[in-house]
Parts: sequence; structure tokens; C-alpha cells
Amino acid sequence: MADPMTRIPVAEQDPKVRATNFEEVCLGYSKEEAMEEATRCLKCKNPQCRQGCPVSIDIPGFISKLQEGDIKEAYFTISKYSALPAVCGRVCPQESQCEAKCVRGIKGDAISIGKLERFVADWARENNVKPVAADEKNGKKVAVIGSGPAGLTCAGDLAKLGYDVTIFEALHKAGGVLSYGIPEFRLPKNTVVASEIENVRALGVKIETNVIIGKSTTIDELMDEEGFDAVFIGSGAGLPRFMGIPGENANGVFSANEYLTRSNLMKAFDDSYATPIVAGKKVAVVGGGNVAMDAARTALRLGAEVHIVYRRGEEELPARVEEVHHAKEEGIIFNLLTNPTEILVGEDGCVTGMKCVEMELGEPDESGRRSPVVKEGSDFVLDVDTVIMSLGTSPNPLISSTTKGLETNRRKCIVAEDNGATTKDGVFAGGDAVTGAATVILAMGAGKTAAQAIDEYLQGK
Amino acid sequence: MYKIVKKEQLTDSIFLMDVEAPRVAKKCYPGQFIIVKTDEKGERIPLTICDYNREAGTVTIVAQMIGASTMQMGRLEVGEGFQDFVGPLGCPSELIHEDPEVLKKMNILFVAGGVGTAPVYPQVKWMKEHGYDVDVIIGARNKGLIILEDAMKEYAANVYIATDDGSYGFKGNVNDKIKDLVNNEGKKYDLVVAIGPVIMMKFVSLLTKELGIRTIVSMNPIMVDGTGMCGACRLTVGGEVKFACVDGPEFDGHLVDFDESMKRQQLYKTEEGRAILREKEGATHKNGGCGCGGDK
Repeated sequence: MADPMTRIPVAEQDPKVRATNFEEVCLGYSKEEAMEEATRCLKCKNPQCRQGCPVSIDIPGFISKLQEGDIKEAYFTISKYSALPAVCGRVCPQESQCEAKCVRGIKGDAISIGKLERFVADWARENNVKPVAADEKNGKKVAVIGSGPAGLTCAGDLAKLGYDVTIFEALHKAGGVLSYGIPEFRLPKNTVVASEIENVRALGVKIETNVIIGKSTTIDELMDEEGFDAVFIGSGAGLPRFMGIPGENANGVFSANEYLTRSNLMKAFDDSYATPIVAGKKVAVVGGGNVAMDAARTALRLGAEVHIVYRRGEEELPARVEEVHHAKEEGIIFNLLTNPTEILVGEDGCVTGMKCVEMELGEPDESGRRSPVVKEGSDFVLDVDTVIMSLGTSPNPLISSTTKGLETNRRKCIVAEDNGATTKDGVFAGGDAVTGAATVILAMGAGKTAAQAIDEYLQGK
Repeated sequence: MYKIVKKEQLTDSIFLMDVEAPRVAKKCYPGQFIIVKTDEKGERIPLTICDYNREAGTVTIVAQMIGASTMQMGRLEVGEGFQDFVGPLGCPSELIHEDPEVLKKMNILFVAGGVGTAPVYPQVKWMKEHGYDVDVIIGARNKGLIILEDAMKEYAANVYIATDDGSYGFKGNVNDKIKDLVNNEGKKYDLVVAIGPVIMMKFVSLLTKELGIRTIVSMNPIMVDGTGMCGACRLTVGGEVKFACVDGPEFDGHLVDFDESMKRQQLYKTEEGRAILREKEGATHKNGGCGCGGDK
């Protein structure tokens, strides 16, 4: 038996090889590895890990089943709480949630909860084990807007309770950020994402793509004309921010949203798809979040030399440690404490370089992070032909501006109570549409809470 | 699937289709656009709406086969369909929301260039159906490229044809015809709505600025999602960055930075050229552009 203090390592594609392909980086545990890692779990009476999980998965419960080798039961245990375990096992920031609270982690390595969850979910998919649909329908209709993590979770939970749920998706494919945002090499689309969505459909949820709420129809019309008794808005935060510096409209400057959508949703990396993408020879990605890492590693795989340009230091990078680590391994160059001031544009309208200044860290700002201050006289030009702006996103006002009585705050986020209830009767909201850009699991948590609130609301009607 | 219920070849390269899309047909107005995608591997192609029938649940689109994706579209026949068809996108023409008292007093000239005649048509039709008479100039390089002339005549007070080579109607471009109308025929206009290739909209706007006539143009830049998500369609209007998909597609022609927009349209041209070559050799490959850049 291995050292119980040390987690079982997980196989990954070699950085040199994976830098040239879009296959998944992390290869996941084998059954033997997963069961061995599971034996490290202390099955605490008062499991701290559950408190760290935004959807409160019975973590010791599923790990005990895994210890017994009953992977099917382990899957049913997880799927009571989560509609998207194969996704969460891959993209949740476990190191700051469940694994951060793991008692094992005090003296040694925390249990690799995320990798175990992923193993169980992948096993279920490969063995065609599906979550169980509700026996009876209750005849009440709920509309869910957006098929991202919040919407899928809310829809799945409501369907399990017997509701007739329809998801409306603006794009041509379901999944929201799971489909357009997170790259193939972190979250395979045809296997993992497609099958999780299929599982939600298997619960009886209908998904209507190509419907833009606010344009194709409105929430008021869904409730008044199409007979929906309640609505959940999980429309995310899809609007990209730009810096507002000179040259930003040059050819070769993209939002991370555009770049990633072309590559992930529209599969520009695959020659058999019609979508064009400008790969770039030397690419600067401005920003330091997970989306910036995704864009950088996508550009790298399309053949570019890639720089992450971030105005604060390494410690302040908002991206997950694992993503930064992977990016570095693959050869992404980090230009930290650097801020762009202008994009240089040639006669033909294309990017010829990016003027930057060096920064140093001053006093902490309202976010608690030390705020960057410009170093006088530190101007220099970064030699790049493509710039990808990854500065965060904000919610799309299409829905809030077309729905009577739906309040938003100054950041265009929908105002909602903790249970998801908005200022409009029968309308609930959750995920990035309420919080601004956050994580997949927080959105799922909000979807889950709102599903309960919607159930209570409709029971009381 | 969104079924094609009618197809008409308007010129060698321009085709018209009625597509079953009840949600879009119910909600759309002149000035708005849709995005169409042929199949799983196709591009999302934005096209301004040419007409709609709320009862039949159909939307009429017109496109020109200039890129690999529009060529693929053009090969589809009645009974076949598109995998995806989404809309209506963008804002309706400002005329739709204008005060009827104001509209009554306005003299409006529509200037249509090439395939840009298609999005002009529903606006002219809407005006007539609401009791307003308008003039229309349809311009193209030659007679063979003039589209929707008869349909337009049904709703416009006057339709003027202008061809660069003089093969039909007035000899000269649309600007020559605007000058002719204003200078020689004593026409007075309060508003010009110009839709066509960006270069045409640029020169019309320059002229109307000189003539002191407010001008609306409809921009059709490169887009991906059409809902404000990607920012590919950004353009500068009066010094401010706008997204054509949600803020437009119609803007004040005297404020649009056309030169920047023209450069931005070139972004995938090399890719597109390659794609057309491959297309002619029978294979499907990457391409770019929206396929409705107009009469080029």
C-alpha cells in the first residue's frame, strides 16, 4: 500500500505532445488508481469537504461506495446532488472548495476528490449508466433560459421532481460556457459535455436551441402565451469587456469570447469545419483568469508563441493554480506586472505590436488584492501580431431590458435573493447572470437552490 | 430543421429563399437580421431579413454566393433546410418606432446597392403599408445584377435604376443618381437610408453630408453569435465603439468610421480565397466572411 499521506498521481499527456493537439490534458484515474485513492478517505463523521461543496455532494458517501468497488452506487450518490459530475470533476476549483477542507490535507495531501468524481462519472458514461427520471409528471411547466451549468442543473432537478421543463438556448448548441467557452483539452465536448446534456434530456427535459429570449420571444410571452408557470434565468455573463485603449479595433484584436467560441463551439481547430480563425504567430493574451489561460493554451495549440500579459503578479493571478501550472509546462510565456497602453496598427489595419508599461504593486484595493501602479518611464513594445482581450465578462442586458419588473443592479446583474427569487413574481435567476462571471460549480449551486425555491413556489400556488 | 419552402434565383449568384421559422416570423421587423447555419460543420452566416409572413411562419432571406458557405447555402433546394436559423437579431429600423406625424412629413429616399436591395425592400413595404410614400434608387454594376425591381415597384412611389455601365436605367452610380434627383429633378429629401456594400454606404454618406441630408446605413460586419457575445462586429460610430449585432445594424452614416469597417471586413479574406479555390475543387474547407458583403 502506498503512503496514505500522498495522493495517487494522475496521468497527463506529456506537455510537449499536448501543446500540439486538442486532446484532453488530464487522462484521469484507472479503476485501480481510483480505488486506491479512495482508501485514503477517513470517512469523517462530520465531513468538512461537503461544506466546501456548493452543491453539498455526499462526498464520503460516494467515496465509500468506491472503496467497496460499487461504482454504480457511487454514481447514483453523486447524481442525487449534481447533474454534471463529469464536468465538475474536471473544471471545479476543488483546491479551494472540497479539497481545501479535507482533513487529510492538514498533514498530507487532500483526497483527490475531483479526480475521483471524474472517474465515477466517466465510468458511468462508458457503462451507459444514466440518472433515473421521475415516475410521474406533475403537469406544471417551467422554462429555463440558458443551457449552461446553472440552467442544466436547475432543469435536471426540476425534472426529477416531476416538472415539465423546457430549456431555451440562444446558440445552436446546448451547454453554454461548457460548449463555447471551456476548451476541448480541458473538457471534451463530444464525449463528456454531450453525454451530460444527454443525461439531462433523459430526465425528460426538452431543449430548444436557437431561441434568444428578449428577441425571439420574451419572458412575459413565455408566461402569458406559452403557459409556463415559472421561469429560471441562467443566461450567464456573455458580454466581453475591452480595455478602451487605442488600436483595439485593429484586425487581430479579439475578445477571448470570440476566439474561444470560434475554436470550441465552431471547432475552427478542426479543418473539416468551415469556421475561420486567425491563429497568429505571436499572441498576447491580456488578463490572468481561467479564460485567459484557456485562450492562451488554445492559441498555443494553433501554433503561436503566446504571452500572458497581466498587470499584477503571479500570486494575484485569478486562474486556478493547476491551469497556470499546465500553461507554464506547455510553454506559455508570462509577462506579469505588465499592462498594455496601446495596440500598434499597421497601414493595412493589422496589429503590429502592443505598447506596454511595467507595473509594481501598491496598497491593497477594495478586492483585497494589491493594486498595480505604473512604473514611470517603463514603456516598451511587445512584438505581437494578435491580441486576445480576456478581461472578464458581464451579463447580457437582452433579457433584463425586455422583461417587465425585472430589476438589475449597476453592473447589469439581475437582482435575486439567496434562493434565486427575482423582483418579478414566478421568475428566478442564478449563476453568472446574477453574480457576474464566476465558476461552473457556483452556477450549478445557484441552479440547484433555485430549483428548490421554484418547487416551493409552485407547490404553494 | 428549418425548411426551405420557396427558392428563386434572382441573378446568377443571388438567390432568394422563404424559410420556415415561426418564432422569427412572429417577432421580426424590417431592419433586423437572422443567422443561418447550413449544417453541423457550417459557419453562422448573418443575413438581413428581406421579408416575412407572420401567418405562414416564414422568413425571406436573400444571399449572394461569394464565399464557400454561401455557395453551399445556394445549392440547397426547396424541401431541404438549414440546421439552424435564429433571430430576429439587432434592432428594427428606427422608422418603425418613429412618430406617425413625423413620418408623414418626411421625404425619404432609400438607396439600395446590389444584394443590399434585399434589406431595403421590407422597409419600403412597411412604409407603404403604413401609408407613407418613399423613393428608391437601386444601383448595381450592370443590368444583370439588379434584383427585386418589380417587388420594389409595388410599394415605392418611384423606383430609379442606376447601372455603372448604363446597361439599364440611369448611367452612373447611386451617388450620381442622388445628385441627379436633387440637382436636376428638384427632389428634396429629409432622410436617406442607404444599404449596400460598405464602400457605397461610405460615399453616399459623404455626399449626403455635403447635401445636409441625415443618413442611416445598415452595417454587416463579421459576426459569430449575433447577440453581443463575441465583439467581432465592433465598429466605431461617432468615436464610440459599438457592436453592430446589438446596437445596430443601422447607424448614423455621418458618424460611422467606414474605413475601419472596411479593413475589418478583410480579416478572413485570404482564408476565404483559399476556401473558394478548394470549393471549386469539390472539397469543403475553412472560409470566412459573412457572404453578404454586397456587390463586389
